[in-house]
Amino acid sequence: MSSTATVPEATAPSRSNASRAFRRFRRHRMAVLGAVTITLLFLASFLGPYLLPFNDTYIDIMHRFEGPFSGAHILGTDELGRDMLARLMMGGRISLLVGLTAMAISMAIGILVGAIAGYYGGVVGAALMRLVDAVLCFPTIFLLLALAALIEPGLLSIIVLIAATSWMDVARIVEGQIRALRERDFAVAAEALGASDRYIVFRELVPNAMAPVVVAATLTVAKAILLESYVSFLGYGIQPPVPSWGNMLNNAQIYLTSAPWLAILPGLAITLAVTSFNFIGDGLRDALDPRLDGR
Amino acid sequence: MSAYLVRRLGQAALLLWLVSMIGFAILHLAPGGPLAQFALSSQMTQEDLDRIAQQLGLDRPLPVQYFDWLVRMLTGDWGTSYRDNQPVLEVIGGHLGATLELMLTATLLAILFGGWIGILGAIRRYSLFDYLATAGAMVALSIPTFWFGLVAIYIFSVHLDWLPAGNRQTAGDGSLPDLLRHLVLPAIVLALVEMAIWSRYMRSSLLDVVNQDYIRTARAKGLPEWRVLTGHALRNAALPMITLAGLQMPTLLGGALVTETVFTWPGMGRLFLDSISYRDYPVVMGILMLSAMMVLIGNLLADMLYAAADPRIRLG
Repeated sequence: MSSTATVPEATAPSRSNASRAFRRFRRHRMAVLGAVTITLLFLASFLGPYLLPFNDTYIDIMHRFEGPFSGAHILGTDELGRDMLARLMMGGRISLLVGLTAMAISMAIGILVGAIAGYYGGVVGAALMRLVDAVLCFPTIFLLLALAALIEPGLLSIIVLIAATSWMDVARIVEGQIRALRERDFAVAAEALGASDRYIVFRELVPNAMAPVVVAATLTVAKAILLESYVSFLGYGIQPPVPSWGNMLNNAQIYLTSAPWLAILPGLAITLAVTSFNFIGDGLRDALDPRLDGR
Repeated sequence: MSAYLVRRLGQAALLLWLVSMIGFAILHLAPGGPLAQFALSSQMTQEDLDRIAQQLGLDRPLPVQYFDWLVRMLTGDWGTSYRDNQPVLEVIGGHLGATLELMLTATLLAILFGGWIGILGAIRRYSLFDYLATAGAMVALSIPTFWFGLVAIYIFSVHLDWLPAGNRQTAGDGSLPDLLRHLVLPAIVLALVEMAIWSRYMRSSLLDVVNQDYIRTARAKGLPEWRVLTGHALRNAALPMITLAGLQMPTLLGGALVTETVFTWPGMGRLFLDSISYRDYPVVMGILMLSAMMVLIGNLLADMLYAAADPRIRLG
């Protein structure tokens, strides 16, 4: 995704566009705050575990249920005496990874379906868009759970399933964009020059439709992290002992009375990450669409 | 209007047909297919399984099975639950009321409070309140529903001991105050996301309206601001909200599933989860189909009500 995400900046006259967009993004204070938070969460999750004297899977029955800020464990321990901070960091790796990769896959599906439907239109386009409508009829969690129950749960299958249930919005966005763009002069010119359909769609049309896709991609990361937490909380997502922010909450309800931090901390992490991505998406929307200025 | 209605119904039927194919595919892609529940028992030999497959008609070609399933579905035979051999529709029917009660209460809360927050935000645009409400709505949209439920239980049930932590009623009780006490927490938890959505839509819808000419006219002829607001702006701003109510069905249903799980609310969402862990595919399928139908009906109603409420809209 990183190569496609930078496409708007790569086209010739948009160098100033990009810097203007960046300036607009910087004006969106909550979006900047979100970006900083996400960076910190990433650093903590991927570098933090190396700095910590505790292992996330080390079981220490003698030190179960230690509250935060009460002993050697900064954020306390869980029902098996495992260090909460280490588990939050390792869980963050999983949750953030699931969010990003599920987003990448769902973008790929959404862009492909949307581009084909928008470019060819007609029966093919109508059929594909009706498929989009049909999948959208299922509440996402219902569909995700039904599918998750069918498949051996694992990291990869969860990522694929989340992607499979969250590509439809992007498909709709791209379809609309491509349908509008294909009549424009540059696309007609490319066609007249004998460019192949694939070249026109992926080299000419899709890069020009990227701005709303980038926004949708950011919001999809937020949604994917939320979905992962839902299925893992309900027991059909990432399986223990591998921690994810969602499955850390799995048992937390039982210990709500005696050890509330087991429930509060992972939830805070999810909320923080999801809120940040949502704010970044909001900021990108303002930054990439100058027409929305002043609203 | 009637031609439009027919076309929309046709589209809905087409979508429902697609939905049914997806559902059928899921049922048959399941490991072991519809037989999985029986295959779990060690007392079944392969011969038994083959015989059951034949009795249930599972040895026929898939298209034949699909057609048979579709026809029976349309005639109201949604199969029998593997768990207790009850008709699927009856099983679901026994849980639907609790879910609808929860969804309806949450929607009312969301419209009241979300709408109110949105109106205040639009009137005092860019004020501290508006800023906090906008940021708050974003956070509310990002909080995992089940976690909000856990926090609510921790504060109001465990800590303050004001409200029950789960279930729809106290066993043996069932009086209205008891039911209401049980309803408060799950309804608020489910309403949070809806409230955020309603406040944002209400705000932007009202802002769209107040910039229009007839509002300027109303102000110019000297009407007091509250009259402009209630008499002119709000009525028109509320119109798109009707559509929103219908379009919230998927979010509401999904939220209800999670809320019901946390609060052990005996609704359709919890039934769905139980049925999944029991590999009770007919019930899983039934709920999947019913929820898709509810979403479709919501979409359809949204369009119809909008047209009925706004005389400027002529659907054709």
